[in-house]
Amino acid sequence: MRSFLKPLLTIAAMALGMTAAAPLPAWALVELNVNKGNVEPLPIAITDFQGGDALGAEISDIVSADLKRSGLFAPIDKSAFIEKISNPDAQPRFDDWKVINAQALVTGSVGKEADGRIRAQYRLWDTFAGQQMSGEQFFANDANTRRVAHIIADAIYERLTGEKGYFDTRVVFIDESGAKNARKKRLAIMDQDGANVRYLSDGRAIVLTPRFSPNRQEITYMSYESGQPKVYLLQIETGQRELVGNFPGMTFAPRFSPDGQKVIMSLLRDDGNSNIFAMDLRSRSTTRLTNSTAIDTSPSYSPDGSKVVFTSDRGGRAQIYVMGADGSGQTRISFGDGVYSTPVWSPRGDLIAFTKQTGGEFQIGVMKTDGSGERILSSGFQQEGPTWAPNGRVLMFFRDANGGPKLVSVDLTGRNEQSIPTSNFASDPAWSPLLE
Amino acid sequence: MGRIAALTRNPVMIALVAMLAIAGCASKKTPNSAADLGLNGAGAATPGSAQDFTVNIGDRIFFDTDSSSIRADAQTTLARQAQWLNQYRQYAIVIEGHADERGTREYNLALGARRAAATRDFLVAKGVSAQRLKTISYGKERPVAVCDDISCWSQNRRAVTTLGGAGS
Repeated sequence: MRSFLKPLLTIAAMALGMTAAAPLPAWALVELNVNKGNVEPLPIAITDFQGGDALGAEISDIVSADLKRSGLFAPIDKSAFIEKISNPDAQPRFDDWKVINAQALVTGSVGKEADGRIRAQYRLWDTFAGQQMSGEQFFANDANTRRVAHIIADAIYERLTGEKGYFDTRVVFIDESGAKNARKKRLAIMDQDGANVRYLSDGRAIVLTPRFSPNRQEITYMSYESGQPKVYLLQIETGQRELVGNFPGMTFAPRFSPDGQKVIMSLLRDDGNSNIFAMDLRSRSTTRLTNSTAIDTSPSYSPDGSKVVFTSDRGGRAQIYVMGADGSGQTRISFGDGVYSTPVWSPRGDLIAFTKQTGGEFQIGVMKTDGSGERILSSGFQQEGPTWAPNGRVLMFFRDANGGPKLVSVDLTGRNEQSIPTSNFASDPAWSPLLE
Repeated sequence: MGRIAALTRNPVMIALVAMLAIAGCASKKTPNSAADLGLNGAGAATPGSAQDFTVNIGDRIFFDTDSSSIRADAQTTLARQAQWLNQYRQYAIVIEGHADERGTREYNLALGARRAAATRDFLVAKGVSAQRLKTISYGKERPVAVCDDISCWSQNRRAVTTLGGAGS
């Protein structure tokens, strides 16, 4: 059950009555195991939603694309379907779906209510068990079809994998255009699949490293607009901006704390080194967390807010360190062969994603929070800056390969790499949380 | 060809870079000034002008990978800069620190800042007033040379002394 109280979109969900009275088994059809060999994607049939003309097919296509890109599902081509669904609420002919090897089947309908809202409902069927697995109905108060479709995809993903989905999310990033030595950089936001791009800055000043607040309403980022590079806050809907703190030197590498009350960032010292500070956004009080004659940057909180992972070159070259949120117990955790930076704590708390430079390559990888169990998920000539999907199963980063950067996602197996379509070059992605 | 391109507002520097490009990429040495290029551009610039500084003194120094140590060749350039800046005191100075693309964005912002600070400290040690000096880091955001090899990276790891204030 979810309810969204944002002014742009109100969605209410209700469970649809199960056709089978028996309680559902608690197992999931898809097992998520990053250590397993090749995961065979689950064949799933996603029929066009009934009613609403083109709208029904559009919803079906968006759900299908989301599930396919996750790498865990193999949507079956609609031309192979035998049964033509006319009543999405009636029990389908399971044999017709088993014969095309559809292990799961999605039926649904969409329509406009008298008050103008969109109503969309889906039912998810287990064709081999011959029963409905789940069914929900959603109302949206405007024509935001794509978002309704992403929410349905999340519901299906969650029912079949046992994990939260990540499709009803957005990504803030830097849109890049123009020559490499005179790049125009604009703050931009889009849906996680690349749709609905909106620009949040005009490109006159260099902007870098945007990151979402936990409530998805604000972004903290760095801008050169005042001449001196500084960290700012931006309210996405109102466009209201403010400087974070009143520090004499450059501030950079900002991120929110998990409770949204603080921004943690680097502050340049007069001697040219950088230390990590946290600023309480309400009281405006600042706390120094590191005090080294080294570069300390790229801080990222653990999801419970008790720890911070960061980059430091205090040992000679850049490596990853963990400390308490008060700066206590600063401990190096990366010991592999290479240079490590951009650590980001997984929203699940179990892993830290990073960029590693070794042998002339840039790698995106993950390690446990004590530095053990390092796994490289992607290697390339120039790529960096991972950000986590809110379920902690997928990373997005940027890769500079053909004249400029583009966004790429990879799952924790490292086997499912997907490019994120953007009309221009794009860098510095940051994934939004899910709205609960 | 096309390995060397420069982003500069200074027309003389643009001309020099263009000539260098025409001359080919044979020279491994990174040009610090017109003299380094074997070009006598001195006549082109009024002594004490920003052009004079860029062309005859050399407005930039270069760094080794992931380092902010002032190299011996850079010390020579900075000593010349300090002498010139102490002679022409009307200029306020901004030192830009830059990094090549072989590092991640935030780390490179910090590295550029450290290079700018090291350059500033050297000039102060040579008698330039700290009051006149400001620093800014561009990280890897403003490469002068755009290609994907070592010849470019070495030109992008730089600190550029830019003149502001009267007479610039």
